[in-house]
Amino acid sequence: MSQYLLIESRDSFEFGDVAYLHDLARGLAKEGHAVTLFLVQNGVLPARPSAQSERLTRLARGGVEVLADDFSLKERGISAGSLADGVRAAPIERVVDLLAEGSTRAIWH
Amino acid sequence: MSTITILSMDAPYESANSTTALRIVDAAIRKGHNVNVFAYEGAVSYTLTTQKPHQNPVKGTSVEEERHPTTKDWVAGLLAAAGEKGVKLDWVRCGLCEDERGAFDQVPGTRRGGPADFVKQVAASDNVLVIPTK
Repeated sequence: MSQYLLIESRDSFEFGDVAYLHDLARGLAKEGHAVTLFLVQNGVLPARPSAQSERLTRLARGGVEVLADDFSLKERGISAGSLADGVRAAPIERVVDLLAEGSTRAIWH
Repeated sequence: MSTITILSMDAPYESANSTTALRIVDAAIRKGHNVNVFAYEGAVSYTLTTQKPHQNPVKGTSVEEERHPTTKDWVAGLLAAAGEKGVKLDWVRCGLCEDERGAFDQVPGTRRGGPADFVKQVAASDNVLVIPTK
């Protein structure tokens, strides 16, 4: 089993290709890998309960750790307590911790 | 202690990618990790010393009131923070990229290099994060 860090900086309302990263996360988790999807910048916008957030909730239920950067949330006036089911706020230090593990494979989108 | 390499490509003041890249570098230093940065393409302008903070005529604020942050000051601050923490921040600027842009007045403590230096940084790292342009 490998550890994957997928960083999503894009808003899925604006960029349709965000779905490809979700597909990758889902597939990796289904194969038994540990997957963290870290939402940052406008990537946190779909973390609000909305039509787009349902995919994030499904990913979380499928075993993907779905995190939203607390700084990006704060910049956009999104309360950490108002996120969609399965999405948790986290500091950027979480990205550093995963990178520091060395074996983590990281992708930025 | 780990060594993390970050490659950034965005020019400053154009994308939130720049801010996030600097935040990751900052967090890694605070956690006691060595950090390599390869500033590629527009990212060579992070460290241009000719950057100047400005007032905001729309809000009617002065330079002092606006406290406009510049990336050259952020990088200088990160270099100082790394020194205080006793970790290494190796900031390499793509030489051809800065030649193309005439970006010659650079923050001391950073160094001019090329893709071969990025390869060396990667080889000496525990992990690598490439932050491409959109």
